[in-house]
Amino acid sequence: MKVALFVPCYIDQFYPQVAIATLQLLRKLEITVDFPREQTCCGQPIANAGYEHYTAATVRNFCESFSGYDYIVGPSGSCVFHVKHHFHGEANKAGIEQIQKNIYELSEFLTDVLKVEKIDAQFPEKVGLHQSCHGLRGLRLGNSSEQVVAQYSKTRRLLEMVEGLQLVDLDRPDECCGFGGTFAVSQAAMSTRIGEDRIADHQRNGAAVITATDMSCLMHLDGLLRRQKSNIRVMHFAEILNGATS
Amino acid sequence: MNHSQSSEKFLRDKQRTGWHDASLWFVREKRDAVAKAVPEWETLRTLASEIKQQVLSDLDQYLISFEKNAQKNGVHVHWARDGKTHNEIVFNILQKHHARSLVKSKSMLTEECGLNEFLLANDIEVIDTDLGERIVQLAEEPPSHIVMPAIHKKKAEIGELFHQTIGTEKGNSDPAYLTEAARQHLREKFLRAEAALTGVNFAIAETGGVVVCTNEGNADMGVHLAPLQIHSMGIEKILPRAEHLGIFLRLLARSATGQLLTTYTSHYHRPKPGGEMHIIIVDNGRSEQLGQEKFRQSLCCIRCGACMNTCPVYRRSGGHSYGSVIPGPIGSILTPGMPIGGHPDLPFASTLCGSCNDVCPVKIDIHQQLYHWRQHSEIRQAAAPGKKRLMQFAAWLFSHPQAYRLAGKTARLFLRMLPRKAIYHRWNHWGLSRELPVAPRESFREWYDKNEGKK
Ligand code: SF4
Repeated sequence: MKVALFVPCYIDQFYPQVAIATLQLLRKLEITVDFPREQTCCGQPIANAGYEHYTAATVRNFCESFSGYDYIVGPSGSCVFHVKHHFHGEANKAGIEQIQKNIYELSEFLTDVLKVEKIDAQFPEKVGLHQSCHGLRGLRLGNSSEQVVAQYSKTRRLLEMVEGLQLVDLDRPDECCGFGGTFAVSQAAMSTRIGEDRIADHQRNGAAVITATDMSCLMHLDGLLRRQKSNIRVMHFAEILNGATS
Repeated sequence: MNHSQSSEKFLRDKQRTGWHDASLWFVREKRDAVAKAVPEWETLRTLASEIKQQVLSDLDQYLISFEKNAQKNGVHVHWARDGKTHNEIVFNILQKHHARSLVKSKSMLTEECGLNEFLLANDIEVIDTDLGERIVQLAEEPPSHIVMPAIHKKKAEIGELFHQTIGTEKGNSDPAYLTEAARQHLREKFLRAEAALTGVNFAIAETGGVVVCTNEGNADMGVHLAPLQIHSMGIEKILPRAEHLGIFLRLLARSATGQLLTTYTSHYHRPKPGGEMHIIIVDNGRSEQLGQEKFRQSLCCIRCGACMNTCPVYRRSGGHSYGSVIPGPIGSILTPGMPIGGHPDLPFASTLCGSCNDVCPVKIDIHQQLYHWRQHSEIRQAAAPGKKRLMQFAAWLFSHPQAYRLAGKTARLFLRMLPRKAIYHRWNHWGLSRELPVAPRESFREWYDKNEGKK
């Protein structure tokens, strides 16, 4: 099984510990992981801002970096969603389709491909799971609260395998955090307010740590938390599964 | 103004924002509860979506048979290319009957056409009879929500408005008292009205009849009292057969307000004895939207308003912040393609959270359409003028791995070295309310090269 690690640009630059945790976690599960060095970004920030037509070369670079792997695994629902659902182009149709078939968000890969039933980690904390929207509603990592279907959450199930970890119930189980990519700056006031409300929900329900499948949501929430000088911390779920100590 | 600016204004009143958000979330939760009591909910949504899409693909045929069947029932059918034509048709009908007063029950289409202003300018009295609609009419404001037009108003504000406009007692904002006062005030209007106009929720091709859903019975009251009845509908309101109502009525009321069914579901098929019945079928940009493959599905909308109630942005910015007749997620994908006005940046008034897709009873792909509209040059320009260069640069950077690595390293270095003041200033919109991430010395790639011994 040839597996490539996809490290979204902002994780590469600002949250290396998340990529390290992903890498180590996969290795613990006896997976050999490659890190294709020429990868950069999937182009989502550009495309969501309305400049998708500028991203052809970025898409090409992505496809070249990740071709020839059986699986591509990334610790970000949002970036994986973008690759899976927005990449297109006549020039490299077959290559793109191959990548779209092979790419997985981490909790999806652990659940559906590796069929993980046991995680060797401890984390004795009260944790709030922020269900990042693109992973939740785009990749269907879990059911959304709008849907009338059987309840499931791949991410939650994995977190429940961690010893001592106590998930808190939120008033609004899957409200957006307000990050929204460039929305965070083009509608800064709105983004802030949605984020503050999200934090208040976690706080009200006693979370000491907020975790998510997406570091981008957490970057936004963490920015607000630190400005508020709050005691609540954020941590990517890969770090928790990899046995981060609280 | 764009949505970003108008929502910022709304957000300044923190307490009101919280109140507005909570009021709409309450409706969303009511919807959840009743939807979850229907085990076949997702099947209903799929059926509804498929029926609507099938209607759109054969719309011309359905409209023709609808017209034929309505005419067989003795109904006058009119066709209006745009809002202006619609208004003139209404005016001509009224003139023919020497009618000077019209009672209306809720119709977003007539808002879209600007009917009220047009008729008032022509000396016709127009009274909106839905309580919420009447409130915004008295306040001289547009509706802020398509199902709950006055949801942005607090009780006390309505009390004060009624005191000033219909003479209720000052300071009394007891809902029962105000509702009763409105009822009395409207009753007198109903009794005097010479014509009644309603919107249409569903038009049945097979029978030529129209269906109107209300909670106050005001459509019936108007239609039954006035000798002349007019129903205005968009071309997309068609359902093939009456039996399809079994799906749509269940979805509509539950999605809209969390009711099992609206209190009144009125079916109008033919004029009452001695009366006259007209149906006006309006296009106003819809055929154009129908011709655009990526945006066609927006015409499946049954105007339940659920996407507004669920939208984290709508709940915290209010309907007026969109500047459009139809606000919220569905408004943001209808407005750019139709002549209904609205802020130019609406497709950007969203975090792309996708909750609208999942709540929509007819499964419109709102989230994807927002993304597609963003790719239009005027729209992205309106949302963030001057971003083009930056995006060009980013695109270049992301396709040149070496340059990307260098830029990342430099940016992190700057973030670590620069004094706080040089980073946090008013042009840094991120930093107005948030800390930036702490820039690490090593990127993942640098760590990997060092520890995995590769170059
Ligand atoms: S788009 Fe869907 S959810 Fe929104 S108003 Fe229309 S039918 Fe309702």
